Amino acid sequence: MKVTVEVNGTSQSHDVEPRTLLVHFLREHCGLTGTNIGCDTSSCGACTIHVNGESVKSCTMLAVQADGQQVTTIEGLAKGDELHPMQQAFHENHALQCGYCTPGMIMAACSLLDEIPNPTEQDVRLGLEGNLCRCTGYHNIVKAVLAAAEGAGK
Amino acid sequence: MAASGSILGNSVLRREDPDLVRGAGKYFDDLRFDGMLHVHFVRSTVAHGTITSIDTSDAAAMPGVRAVYTHENIDLADFQAFPMMPAVLNRPTLARDRVRFVGDIVAAIVAETKAQAVDAAEAVVVDYDILPAVTNPVDALAPGAPLLFPEHGSNVCFATELAPDSDPFVGADAVAKVHMVSQRLAGVPMENNGIVCVPGEPAAGGLTAWVSHQTPHGLHGAMAPFLGLDPEGLRVVCPWVGGGFGPKAANYVEYMVAGKAALDLGVPVKWTETRSEDMVSLVHGRDFVVDAELGIRKDGTFTGLKTRVTAAAGAYPAIGAILPMLTQLLSQAVYDIPVINYQATTALTNNTTIGAYRGAGRPEATQIIERLIDIAAHEVGLDPVDVRMTNFIKPFSEPMTTLTGANYDSGNYALPMVEVRKLAGYDALRAEQARRRAAGDTKLLGIGSSAYVEVTAPVGLHSEYGKVEIHDDGSATMYVGTSVHGQGHATAFSMIASEILGIPMDKIHFVNSDTSTVPQGAGTLGSRSLQTAGSAIHVASTEVLAKARQLAAHLLEADVDDVVRTDDGAGLQVAGVPARMLSWGELATAANDTGKLPEGMEAGLAHELVFNGGDSTYPFGAHIAVVEVDRETGKVTLLRHVAVDDCGRILNPMLVNGQQHGGIAQGAAQALYEWVQYDDDGNPVTANLMDYAIPSAAELPSFEIANTETPSPRNPLGAKGIGESGTIGSTPAIHNAVCDALVHLGVHHVDMPCTAQRVWEALQSA
Repeated sequence: MKVTVEVNGTSQSHDVEPRTLLVHFLREHCGLTGTNIGCDTSSCGACTIHVNGESVKSCTMLAVQADGQQVTTIEGLAKGDELHPMQQAFHENHALQCGYCTPGMIMAACSLLDEIPNPTEQDVRLGLEGNLCRCTGYHNIVKAVLAAAEGAGK
Repeated sequence: MAASGSILGNSVLRREDPDLVRGAGKYFDDLRFDGMLHVHFVRSTVAHGTITSIDTSDAAAMPGVRAVYTHENIDLADFQAFPMMPAVLNRPTLARDRVRFVGDIVAAIVAETKAQAVDAAEAVVVDYDILPAVTNPVDALAPGAPLLFPEHGSNVCFATELAPDSDPFVGADAVAKVHMVSQRLAGVPMENNGIVCVPGEPAAGGLTAWVSHQTPHGLHGAMAPFLGLDPEGLRVVCPWVGGGFGPKAANYVEYMVAGKAALDLGVPVKWTETRSEDMVSLVHGRDFVVDAELGIRKDGTFTGLKTRVTAAAGAYPAIGAILPMLTQLLSQAVYDIPVINYQATTALTNNTTIGAYRGAGRPEATQIIERLIDIAAHEVGLDPVDVRMTNFIKPFSEPMTTLTGANYDSGNYALPMVEVRKLAGYDALRAEQARRRAAGDTKLLGIGSSAYVEVTAPVGLHSEYGKVEIHDDGSATMYVGTSVHGQGHATAFSMIASEILGIPMDKIHFVNSDTSTVPQGAGTLGSRSLQTAGSAIHVASTEVLAKARQLAAHLLEADVDDVVRTDDGAGLQVAGVPARMLSWGELATAANDTGKLPEGMEAGLAHELVFNGGDSTYPFGAHIAVVEVDRETGKVTLLRHVAVDDCGRILNPMLVNGQQHGGIAQGAAQALYEWVQYDDDGNPVTANLMDYAIPSAAELPSFEIANTETPSPRNPLGAKGIGESGTIGSTPAIHNAVCDALVHLGVHHVDMPCTAQRVWEALQSA
């Protein structure tokens, strides 16, 4: 069946099987491989994107459920050569190592700051509970999100 | 190393990040090839059984299916996972007449889409006669235990010992005893395992494998002969790799099947593992059952250590089977222990194969001695940190050999312990603990310490290939035999080359993880990369500079001693005469022009070598953990973790600290959360990320970390590995902290992971 989604400001229409997950639609049909898959139980958050501005694990949604919606993926965050402040904060705080959880983590972190612009460390830790990282021990991820919040508050 | 004006010792931000934060780094599953097919595996649903029939007829007729493989038509030899294991224990690539763990592969389906392959795999019908299963190594060695390989005659696949008849307790005033388990863990790199095999490259009849792996050259060495390819007929490349932690250093039969299918069908074949598959296919770690005893005198000095290990190998033994050797090697730890008596046996078990997982044999050694020390200190009424300080081996800067045969390079073990004691505010913590105990507070405070030494670039992995080459455009390329998967080598190694050559980091290219562009390599494992490949880049850069200076001296008609780097790193000049200079590009061009070379100089501005450190290096450190235990529920909260790790001289503190953080989190996970479990029939009950408890940000605190720097004499950087230290040091400190919180209530020991249920049960039975 045909599904049309506005992805990163571009309309994407593709014929998909009804069972197609949104993450597979993005990766296989739209060719946007920045969104990663790390599990099959909606536990890891590697596939986190924004649907209509809110963070969603894109393995928990069918592509057909996103029909007519606006989706932002990690590829849609930077403005040309200029990184999004959250991407910049991750770089400056060494908040990534292998980089696999990073797209989902950044998308979740952006959403977190939308909800809580001035979070405490505990707010960040609880807010990112649905996104797993195996490399950083979360230490520098938390630091990066707090730095991004502080930067945005200036 | 941070000399004035030097880049070394600085927290240089990573060159890798701009691509990765944009989602532009391509992992293997992001690669697309024309006509690419997908392979999916039919895995055993029983832990142990004989196969009575396999019916693939329905599956073969399903939409999109292009090939179905079973043992009858795969036409591949049995697979040997580790050369030290007897051939009788080899694994049939696809199960022949018996399955030995849940996850063993019975059939493979190749289809046009992944979904079609999965659908068809569901239609394969396999009948089994179920056999009794053993998933615990102690049970596997019990009399009458079911045998995984009856033709092998027993479930024993490896044994090692050291002075098993010696008496470690002569003169002891007390003997501390513990029965403990270093439980089975899953590596869980966030990127699941997988491979894309492309036939017809690099040459007709050949194969190129894009794979999520840590040791591309090692895989090449295994895969080419297995698939009947000449070495030059196979190219192995690792694109971006989403974490490894050891398990991705192993070679997998799934790779071989994907390669075989691609060769048979003449089109690219991809295997993308699901997490639920990964949890049964990717090798696990640890799984030791230990009985250990430590003799101690009233003054806190040790008389000796006795350790008995029973380790699991899983169904098809790999490197994990021999890891009790590394545990033996590290049994001396950081202490003067006059007698070490050690015995270990590894048993075949009906579950996932044990491999190397972050620490691999060394965490177990540290966990044993450090837990014993806390028990021993309690028995003689001394403070556990004081007991450690009493027994530390004295500082040494020249190599020394331990009773166990480890050749420690340099050590000053009191240094990090003194530092961590101070940073943690140890005395104040003990005072707060005493206050809470006196007040009958239900929030019990536990304070745990540990000290460790570990071995990096172990088991002969202390040599590595490196090359530095200068190009006509003035840029340089580094080639290394290590294989990065998150560690930041492009940044770290270009810091070294830039420091020596003066060429800016952004003009230094980085090549690794490709057997077609790097002639040899041992990969990235065992915390070996900086000390081996980094040292190779150091030597190669130094040699290139020396050659460039000779060439410049010849071309500029100057004395070689007067040729220096220009201040801006653009090239070389005559000292004090900036106008008499040659750019790196001009030098590289001249080096390939025989008319311009001095007599006897070889063409080309490049140097390659295999750097050999002579032996492993031995980083060390000390950790203190603070936990709070809810006396009513048993819930443990890690309040603080303070770590002082000594990995020799530090090249990039930001990268080192990142390794410490990640290591501590994984070590904390073993102490408190993670445990691969099976039911009585051998069914995995933790085979996805809902059931297997890898910690999130919400379970962990920010860490308090520092470093001391005791240089290694074994490489020009003075570096030791840091990849596994955090894991090795943190687990016993946190484990001790939990037990320390309970010790005044009569609890002797709680096994890991120290879950609320276990702690609560221990409190009830105390």
